[in-house]
This record gives sequence, C-alpha cells and structure tokens, in this order.
Amino acid sequence: MTDLLRIADVTVRHGATVVLDDLSLAVRRDELFVLLGASGSGKTTLLRAIAGFVPLAAGGIVLDGQDIGRLPPHRRPVNTVFQSYALFPHMTVAANIAFGLRHMDRSTAAARVQEMLALVRLEALADRRPNQLSGGQQQRVALARGLAPMPAVLLLDEPLSALDRALRAETRDELVRLRRELGTSFILVTHDQQEALTMADRIGVMRDGRMVQVGTPAAVYEHPNCRFVAEFLGAANILPGVANDGRVDLPGLGVVAAPGASSGPMLLALRPERLRLGEGGANRLTGMLTGSVYAGETMTHTVRLSDGTDIRIAQSLHNGLIASPMPGAAVVVSWSPEACIVLPP
Amino acid sequence: MSRFAVLAPVWAWLCVLLAAPLGIVLAISVAESVDGVPPFALGFSAAAFVAILTDDLYRDALLLSLRVAAISTASCLLLGYPVALAIARAPERWRDPLLLGLMVPFWTGFLMRINAWIGLLADDGWLAAALSWFAGGPVRLLYTDTALYLGMVYTYLPFMVLPLYASLSRLDPALRDAASDLGAPPWLGFLRVTLPLSVPGIVAGCVLVFVPAVGEYVVPELLGGPGAQLVGRVLWAEFFTNRDWPVASALAWMLLLLLLVIPAAIRAAFAGRNTAESE
Repeated sequence: MTDLLRIADVTVRHGATVVLDDLSLAVRRDELFVLLGASGSGKTTLLRAIAGFVPLAAGGIVLDGQDIGRLPPHRRPVNTVFQSYALFPHMTVAANIAFGLRHMDRSTAAARVQEMLALVRLEALADRRPNQLSGGQQQRVALARGLAPMPAVLLLDEPLSALDRALRAETRDELVRLRRELGTSFILVTHDQQEALTMADRIGVMRDGRMVQVGTPAAVYEHPNCRFVAEFLGAANILPGVANDGRVDLPGLGVVAAPGASSGPMLLALRPERLRLGEGGANRLTGMLTGSVYAGETMTHTVRLSDGTDIRIAQSLHNGLIASPMPGAAVVVSWSPEACIVLPP
Repeated sequence: MSRFAVLAPVWAWLCVLLAAPLGIVLAISVAESVDGVPPFALGFSAAAFVAILTDDLYRDALLLSLRVAAISTASCLLLGYPVALAIARAPERWRDPLLLGLMVPFWTGFLMRINAWIGLLADDGWLAAALSWFAGGPVRLLYTDTALYLGMVYTYLPFMVLPLYASLSRLDPALRDAASDLGAPPWLGFLRVTLPLSVPGIVAGCVLVFVPAVGEYVVPELLGGPGAQLVGRVLWAEFFTNRDWPVASALAWMLLLLLLVIPAAIRAAFAGRNTAESE
C-alpha cells in the first residue's frame, strides 16, 4: 500500500499555544484512518490543517505528490464533512450536493448529483431544504456533498456525534461500507474509542498536539505503547513492577509471568475483560471483593489487592447471570500470561 | 377579564396616539380649505386629493422624494454592507467597541450634528477650501445635492448597518468554510452563501432607511439646495406658509400610503426572488 497523504513535521500555533507539535503522519490510499483523542488533543486542528483552514507554522502536507500545505482551502482536492454539517440552508439538497461541481458541465453535474443522492438513498428528498430533514438525513447530505467532487481524501469531523445512539451504530456501519465501495480514503476525527475501534483500518491516537501511537485497532488495543494509550483505548488496570526475563515482580503482591517483559522497572497493564474472578489462569493474585456492578453484557467486579490497589474485572455473562461472591469475601484474580501488557514506566 | 386588563393600556395607547391623530388628519384632508382659524371647515371634499394628484408640484415632490430616498438607501447599503461584514467578522472582543463607535453619534442631538455638517460644508469651511485648492476654482458643497446626499447617508447609515450586522453575525462561520472547502474562492462563497443568507438583513435595513428617508424634512431643509423640494418640505410649506391644511393632510396620507405599499412591494420582490433562486 502506498501513502496518499504525508504530513511532515507540522506545527500549528494559536497565539502562543502550540496546538500541533512537530507532528508527522502518513495516510494510505484506500483506508479509513481515525484520529482519536480527547478534546484539546489537536485532532480537529489537524483535520482543519489538512483542509486548509489553519495556517501551518512549520512543516508540509503532501497529497498524491503535490505539496498542498500552503494552498488556500478552495484549491485543495480534499473535502470536509463538518461536525455541524454546515449545509447551506437556502439551497435544496440537490443544490447543496451540486455546490462543489462548478467545474463540471451542467448535465455531468446533474448526473453526478443523482448518483450521490442514490448513494446515500435520498433521491426522494432532492428538493427539500436542509431544515426539513432529520439529523440522520442531514448527515447523509453532508456526506454526499463532500463526496460529489470526488476528493482524494474525505475529512470527517465527528460525523456521528450529533446522532442518537441507535442511528449512530447504523451510520457507522454504513460509512465503512460506503468507503469500501468507493475506495476513497477517509480521515475521521472522533473522541469515542468504541467508534474508532469498530470503524478504523488504522487509528492514530493523539495527545497534546502529538501523535502518540499509530496502528490497526487490534495493534493499538493489544499492544499500546504507553500508559496513556492503554487507558484511553478501553479500560486498563495499571500495576507498577520490575521485569526480569519474562517474569514481573509486583512489589507486595507477588511474581507473575509476562512474556515479552525484558528487564527493569515497568508498568503492567491488565484489561478488565481479560481477568477472571477465581482460578483459571496461570497468573494469580488474591484480594477482597469490594463491589459488583451489573451492566447487562458484563458484571464488573472491583477487587482490593493485598497492597490496597483496586483492580477491575469485567466478567462476561455468556453463561447467564451467576451469583457473585458477597462483598468482603476473599477472592482470587487470575489471568493467562498472554493477557499481560508490558508498558514503559 | 384579566386579559382585557393587560391589553387595555396598549389599546388605549394605540387609539389615543395613533388612530385618533390619523383620523383627525384624514378628516382635515377631506375638509374644505377656508380663510380663518382653523383654516378648514369639516365636510367631504376630494379637492385636496385631486390637487395633489394633478398638480405637478406635489407629484414632482413625491417622485423626487422617492428618488432621493432610493439613492440614499442604495448608498447606505453599498457603504453599510462592508462595514457590517467587517464588524461581524471582527474578533469577538472587537465587535462591541465597533458597534459602540457606530452608536456614539446618537449621544449628541441630531440638529447639532447637522449643524456641524453645515460648518464643515460651508463655502469658508475647510472641506470646501481644500477642494477648491485642488479644483483650482471655488467649490460649492453646502445647499447642493452633494450635501443633501452626504447628510442623508450620514443620518441613516447606522439604521442600515445594525440590521445587516444582526443578520451577518448570526451566520454560522462553518458555512463559509464549507463553501471554500467545496472549491469556491472567497468572492464566490460571498456571492452564493453570505449574500443570499443576509437578504433578510438587507430588506430590513432598506426598509428602515427608505421609509423615514422619503419623508425626511430636516436634512433637505438644512443642507439641500432650494431645488430639493422633497415632500417633507412641501408638506411643511403647505401647513405653515400656505395654510392649506387639507392639501397638507392629503399629502401626509399619500405619503403614508406610499410608505405602506413600497416596503411591502420590496419584501414581496425579495421573497419572490429568493424562492425563484432555489428552484
């Protein structure tokens, strides 16, 4: 796979604040790349820098071999689906979609509008105004409008955040399906880790204007490269320890097996859903159950270890709702060595 | 009962201060003109209306007033739109000071400000002197159409800027981003997005300027030349100089009707154009 978009050492300042800090990233052809980060991490600024709405203080953006980093937004072959959709309220759905097709002759543009309307299944609403549409329909118009000029990359700024929960899941799948059909690269910004994991071909996790880790959802989830990523993507119990050739000494708790742990101080990250309440894994610690919370799919237990650390265990209820020990009971927490995530301190 | 109590002051206000005076003026306009005090005798005569519809003096005054008001409104729009746009797009912390700057002149009496213009535009004022030096001969400003339009635009510009600003500042900045994102250079984004979406502000501003400008009396009287016989001046002359109250009242009613019909026509025209554009 070849790189479509190369962002090289980009710095963006807003006044004295550094919003993007010497950030580099390569986005491939035909992929859905998700920028994931908390608010203020710079992910939307990065999207706006690609679109051309914020000037670069340093660095460059190369799209398909062309340096677009200093071009005004209207000369960049990328389009954006704005978080608020930003549909033109005085134009019909069809006119909104046709807005970016000025360079085409009339009949080609009209055919393209029809094609886009069919793509998002809004043929019947072509003559409506945006304020006569539901939120989900507006979102599809924004998508069709952004895709109509055949951009090299489509940028989507929190495209699902304005939708209600049920519609969000449906739209999420539809976006992925649509993108695969079209083969256009999407760069999508979200703060929702579940959305990122389910939609992305690759995820870039951002923090404080820097790219912390880039990889496939499985790679980033299974092998986070630091404590921040481990805790931001999913939940993690973090225990400090000292590694020594595949063994980890957790001070005050005992020694556990952790493949891949070399030597020296480290952090051991354990996903709650990879832990088991009771015997079953090769690694085991003892503690006292302090509480259990039922959440439908899972039961989340909190166990206080002998050194006073609380860890959480998400017990899958695939065997139905089974009785939990009473709070205060002494329990064993176990897990397999492969579930250990070794992080730098 | 309580609803009546709440609305009673409103109705009383409208009756005493709006309906009654209009009724009195209407009654005088169909009265007979006589020599005496008061200079009319109640009755029913269409003479005053016939006079203003047939006598060139009144027709010309009305047409000239419409013309002056239209040119003043257009000038206010052309000058005011960039001002309103600049304020609406200025950084947040600058907007209130800029709007305040627009309003500050209102803290001084209107006549004071027009008198300041008289001093500024007078033959021995520095403006005329400077222009004479450039032109190489005497330049007259005061009591010319130039002074008239300067005064009109000066007086009414804020009434154009404020509704335009209100309408432009409400526009989502993301719309402008969307236009340029979709390949429209700034000028095209302005023409296809900002301008059409500010039409309500344009209509409101034009009505707010045009309507009082048609009946304006002070500016043409103090700054305009003797030829600037606008309907306000003619009306004043009929009342106070000719003491022909029926004609003056008929003229006032005529003006009122025009000012009801013309803004409605402007609104209808813009509304029609707006729907046509979207088809």
